[in-house]
Amino acid sequence: MNTPLIEFKNITKRFGEQTVLDQVNLQIYEGEVTTIIGLSGSGKSVLLKHIIGLLKPDEGTILFRGEPINDMKKTELAEAMSKISYMFQSNALFGSMTVYENIALPLLENTAMKKNEIHDRVMARIEQTELTEAAQKYPSELSGGMQKRAALARALITDPQVVLFDEPTTGQDPVRKNAILSMIAQYQKKFNFTAVMVSHEIPDVYFISNRILALYDQSIVFQGTPEELSNFDHPFNDEVIRSLEGLQKELTGLYSRRQFKVLHRSQLQSRKSDEGYCVVVFDLSDMNSIVSAIGYDRAQETIHSMGKYIDKHFDAIGGFSTRRKINEFVTVLPFSDIAETESIVKDFMEDFQKSGMSDIWGEAQKNDPQMRCVDFSVKAGMAEGRPVAEIDSIVKLAKAHQKEIGRLRCAVKE
Amino acid sequence: MIALDDYKQNRTGDTQRFRGTVSKPFALIGRNVIRWINSIGAATIFLVLALLKTFHPKQFQKVIQQIYYIGARSTTIIMLVSLFTGMVLGLQSYHALVQFGAEGSLGTLVSLSLIRELGPVLTAIMITARAGSAITAEIGVQRISEQIDALETMRIDPFRYLVTPRITASIVSFPLLTTVFDLIGIIGGYVSAVALMGLNAGVYSHSIRSYVDMEDLTNGFVKSLVFAVIVATVCCYQGYFVHMREDSKGAKAVGLATTSAVVISCVLILVADYVVTSLLMV
Repeated sequence: MNTPLIEFKNITKRFGEQTVLDQVNLQIYEGEVTTIIGLSGSGKSVLLKHIIGLLKPDEGTILFRGEPINDMKKTELAEAMSKISYMFQSNALFGSMTVYENIALPLLENTAMKKNEIHDRVMARIEQTELTEAAQKYPSELSGGMQKRAALARALITDPQVVLFDEPTTGQDPVRKNAILSMIAQYQKKFNFTAVMVSHEIPDVYFISNRILALYDQSIVFQGTPEELSNFDHPFNDEVIRSLEGLQKELTGLYSRRQFKVLHRSQLQSRKSDEGYCVVVFDLSDMNSIVSAIGYDRAQETIHSMGKYIDKHFDAIGGFSTRRKINEFVTVLPFSDIAETESIVKDFMEDFQKSGMSDIWGEAQKNDPQMRCVDFSVKAGMAEGRPVAEIDSIVKLAKAHQKEIGRLRCAVKE
Repeated sequence: MIALDDYKQNRTGDTQRFRGTVSKPFALIGRNVIRWINSIGAATIFLVLALLKTFHPKQFQKVIQQIYYIGARSTTIIMLVSLFTGMVLGLQSYHALVQFGAEGSLGTLVSLSLIRELGPVLTAIMITARAGSAITAEIGVQRISEQIDALETMRIDPFRYLVTPRITASIVSFPLLTTVFDLIGIIGGYVSAVALMGLNAGVYSHSIRSYVDMEDLTNGFVKSLVFAVIVATVCCYQGYFVHMREDSKGAKAVGLATTSAVVISCVLILVADYVVTSLLMV
């Protein structure tokens, strides 16, 4: 593997008698979204503050592109740190400055750019983060989500290579939580920075993370992909993940991936090997254009609504569902064949188009009458499997058969 | 033998308890003295670090803003306080001096009192109450809401950005406001002595011109500079290190830091006034 962008070697940090980090080893790679998970008060933020130099380790070495930062000259260290931005849990926006002034501050203080250059750059970021109308407002006049966006715009104004996010979704409702995570994922792709995030929003962070680092008992006990974490046999899984991950996800009300697997196993164990069952994979197409048309919050409400309707239609007939990716849902119908499944999916689409969408648009337009409408499609793929087969292979087969089953239009309700 | 051992042990225990009780107040005093010395050392380093960053190219605008906030916006209250201080000084002194037939010296008394003592001291105390407390609260809130950490992560030196402009602005504003205080105070004395009590205007102004010399003005100026450094350093220091207070945390700590800043500044103004006066009179 490549040289890590940031590497911790045997980092120990104590506050008085209390050891917060004990011999921590970790690697963060360039261009990825890395999420540090752990219980509250386990030292995640302390770990993050070491990366940007707000805290110094008592023992151990931090390497930036393979070079120990302790051996760097002052100018080299300043150069390395200038590529890192930090988004605080509390946003840390200056209350006496407008959103515009907050975002412009790093450029005004650290560069020799002319005022009109700074203005152009700040306005570009403000537009990208959908804050145009809030530019001259003070942070206290903004909603929690807008404050997060302002903090993100400030963190991105210097075009950093690394952005550290300290619990970016704290205190937000499920829709807004997922909207912020989706925003981070989209900006990470757009601006191509390396994202390091501290969170305990399990499993929501799995959808946007390339790598997960698990902080447990003052040490990093796991480094790997979200999929690898589900097979990780360690007390961390029992004590931390299960306590943070509810049986049902907050946003969609569907089962968590782990619970889905358990249900799948227990439901199909008692079935004969020649008895079939069906899997449906739904896909909300082109999330990016949905987000750009209706915003992050509304896009998450669409997902929320989709989850609600999936549950309503399939739970009643013994089905169980989960959300696998940001816009992908999987439903298992243990007692249905493919013909029956097709008919249920058709009913689902009609109901979702008729009521689900009008609920979303009606609510959205009540808040913002000028809101732009967007058409988007829902794809579904079905596959029949046998209880002996692995769920992943049937999901794969269903995905291969995916086709558009409905195109949804806004402004259904006048 | 066992009884003797018990007796010795009990006696040793009693002695230790006695020593503990006797030494407790001394230990407390010692700890406080050490803490005070540490704080004075830390505040001195704080001041030196802040002054070293005075001549940064991006400081000018921030210093002007702070001069407006600390200086210009304090002018009205300074004028009001000085007017009534001068008037009451004129009134009281007139009644005292007239008994000895020395009312001709009223101008000298009022002007020297104001220029040498009351002007610098009362100006400093008024600015501490109005701007000093606000400085502590503002920096303190920025500290507890992680805004100072945010400055560090943006590679903006919090010392240069927050502390230096306030100390520099205080050094500029204090002497100017002291001058305003002196002038308005003398006018206040004139109002009560001449307009109200009927003293001759020429006598009042002549006694000022005769006995107030440049040295008096310089001494007052020196005092106001010393007070500026003390007030600005104490108020910025209390706010900047609010998170390190042992007695409380969060918003309560900001409140206590603001109270401490005002109390410590006022006490130090009076102590420094005595010390500087003693040195200048040598």
